[in-house]
Amino acid sequence: MDFLSTLISGLSLGSIYALIALGYTMVYGIAKMLNFAHGDIIMVAAFTVYVFATVLKLPAAATIPLAVLFCMLLGVTIERIAYKPLRKAPPLSVLITAIGVSYFLQNLALLIFGSNQKSFPKIINIPALKLGQLTIKGESIATLSVSIVIMLALTLFISRSKMGKAMRAVSEDKEAAELMGINVNQTISVTFAIGSALAVAAGVFYGATYNFIGPYTGSMPGIKAFVAAVFGGIGSIPGAMLGGILLGVIENLSKAYISTELSDAIVFAVLIIILYVKPTGLLGRKTNEKV
Amino acid sequence: MLKVENIDVYYGAIHAIRNVSFEVNEGEIVTLIGANGAGKSTILKTVSGILTPKTGTVNFMDKKLNGTPSYMVTRMGLSHVPEGRRIFQQLSVEENLEMGGFTRNKDEIPALIEHVYDKFPRLRERHTQIAGTLSGGEQQMLAIGRALMSKPHLMMLDEPSMGLAPILVEQIFEIIKELNESGVTILLVEQNANMALKIADRGYVLESGKIVLSGTGAELMASDAVKKAYLGG
Ligand SMILES: Nc1ncnc2c1ncn2[C@@H]1O[C@H](COP(=O)(O)OP(=O)(O)O)[C@@H](O)[C@H]1O
Ligand SMILES: [Mg+2]
Repeated sequence: MDFLSTLISGLSLGSIYALIALGYTMVYGIAKMLNFAHGDIIMVAAFTVYVFATVLKLPAAATIPLAVLFCMLLGVTIERIAYKPLRKAPPLSVLITAIGVSYFLQNLALLIFGSNQKSFPKIINIPALKLGQLTIKGESIATLSVSIVIMLALTLFISRSKMGKAMRAVSEDKEAAELMGINVNQTISVTFAIGSALAVAAGVFYGATYNFIGPYTGSMPGIKAFVAAVFGGIGSIPGAMLGGILLGVIENLSKAYISTELSDAIVFAVLIIILYVKPTGLLGRKTNEKV
Repeated sequence: MLKVENIDVYYGAIHAIRNVSFEVNEGEIVTLIGANGAGKSTILKTVSGILTPKTGTVNFMDKKLNGTPSYMVTRMGLSHVPEGRRIFQQLSVEENLEMGGFTRNKDEIPALIEHVYDKFPRLRERHTQIAGTLSGGEQQMLAIGRALMSKPHLMMLDEPSMGLAPILVEQIFEIIKELNESGVTILLVEQNANMALKIADRGYVLESGKIVLSGTGAELMASDAVKKAYLGG
């Protein structure tokens, strides 16, 4: 039973990583950049929820849509101001800018909220589920079920909708996509908006699981989700989901059965081994050669 | 329909197109021939808005295009089949066509796709296939079919015969002629000067970024300079 409950909390943690990893991988697929500030959107999301729920005392049902709206706008604005002017710049300049944006968001949060951790409002009120000796926490149930729905919806959106197909076309060949009449800049904005909306879901579940938030709350899950995206094959949407979930499970199992202190080291070691065996990640494919 | 006047195009410091002017009238097939590196693709990219001319103007259907982003140019009825086909390799044949019809209304799409399949029955047979697995000839048909999806007034084709077996080249040129007869104005870029001049109403010869000769297809075929440089004798 211990194993089963460790596995379930690992799956739940893993789906948080997966939600974040999706943002990394979609932005990478379309804008061909590593948005290192993506993890900090989770922190901003968590603080937004904190402000709406704890400070302004809005009902939970209003808090989350407002946070989604705010973070989507933030993600799109960051892209417009910081990344768009660098569309043709060398990747290193873009990467450094993204790291700059990450520090900016962290320091802004530090300035506004101080360095003390804030307790995350209790907006998920689902009772624990008892099945014989097995207890599943309410947060895990919410995280798992909502994540599954989000991932299914996203998969359908990407494979079936006109915008989703346009996103795949843009990720393959921007110039050809533009010749089809697709507004590439707009497609990139939509990608950032979706990534940020997913980060809000991740931020809420992360806050609900760990109860406290601070200016640096986004950085560790951000890095791990980035690892998960690479693990699954950067640019691949199912890869990000698989990578995130595996990472969460491996992390929790090593915490339970090997060592709490070493769990992160183990996670990264697994990544290194996977990349050694399969450099493109689990579901990644080689970049297509141009004919 | 298309009027290009005195354009100069640069890649950084490289002066690729020098004071080029030409026009394409409604209903015509006009060809732009020239050796590799002469600047043919650069001219098409400038017309479709991928590149912006430093000086000069591009007018399409009495509207000035300079600086119009290429997705807007496509919406105005100009479609560009780029060099190397550039189909979306990881999308299916049908999804490629849907992307070609990105600017059209949703309810027009099925009929437009049917129209393309009627023209290219091979594509109908392979409509669920991932485009990257098509043969070269099929990919070129897909590239043309995809460009047709936007219902263009003017279609620009950049070396559609490149890398195809002679029998397929014949077929592609036949299709271009048919398209033209069905009302699409054509601007055709080719290294295969012989074939291009045969179907063209008029042509321009490009050398090192400059237009050095122009005339009807027949005149250019008869010209000694063209014979010597492009027709192998
Ligand atoms: N992206 C680029 N950057 C720099 N120079 C380029 C680029 N593309 C083409 N050129 C140069 O511009 C000239 C014209 O090229 P292009 O238009 O591709 O010729 P063509 O299509 O006639 O073979 C060539 O000298 C080529 O080297
Ligand atoms: Mg060329």
